[in-house]
Amino acid sequence: MTISHFGAVLLFSLFTSVVFGITQRSDPKRMIRFGAFCFALFVGGTIAASWLMWLIKH
Amino acid sequence: MTTNVQAPVRAAQKTTTLPPTLILIAGWLIPGAGHFLLKKWIRGLLLFISIVAMFGIGLALKGKIYGPNTAELLDMLNFAGDLGAGLLYVLARVFDLGHAAVQIAIADYGTKFIVVAGLLNVIAAVDAHSLATGRKAS
Repeated sequence: MTISHFGAVLLFSLFTSVVFGITQRSDPKRMIRFGAFCFALFVGGTIAASWLMWLIKH
Repeated sequence: MTTNVQAPVRAAQKTTTLPPTLILIAGWLIPGAGHFLLKKWIRGLLLFISIVAMFGIGLALKGKIYGPNTAELLDMLNFAGDLGAGLLYVLARVFDLGHAAVQIAIADYGTKFIVVAGLLNVIAAVDAHSLATGRKAS
């Protein structure tokens, strides 16, 4: 199996956010919100860190 | 000066007659099983799919399965993470899945997927235990 780096980020963020959402909140509505928040932070944080590394290199 | 502040203790609302330890162990051995025993079917299914898929993708990416016999501290931590996957880890070891050494970046991703799947499974099992004891509301 081959996968792009961004694909790996998306899959990792998705599965991790699902587990975080279910385990860290009690109410289903808040679970979804927290899961979406974690997903956005994972993906956004990775993109931000990637650009930061690019800027450091250049 | 100390203050004797007592936080109100929430009355434990047990959601099952099964022993919480059994739910913890079941949740560790099979992802989502603790929630299934508590009849939280959707949560259990989502946890099962997420953790098994993550572990499977890790194997498909040629990730490494760590064994107990190692002298490296990081390898021991990775082994502890892998062990969190319960029966998935046992099956991977029995059927000799996973690769012995990481040689490409994607395989390193696979290794991390496997370790994190184990760690997430521990979180899920502890969550089921908290639900069983009443420490977590619902």
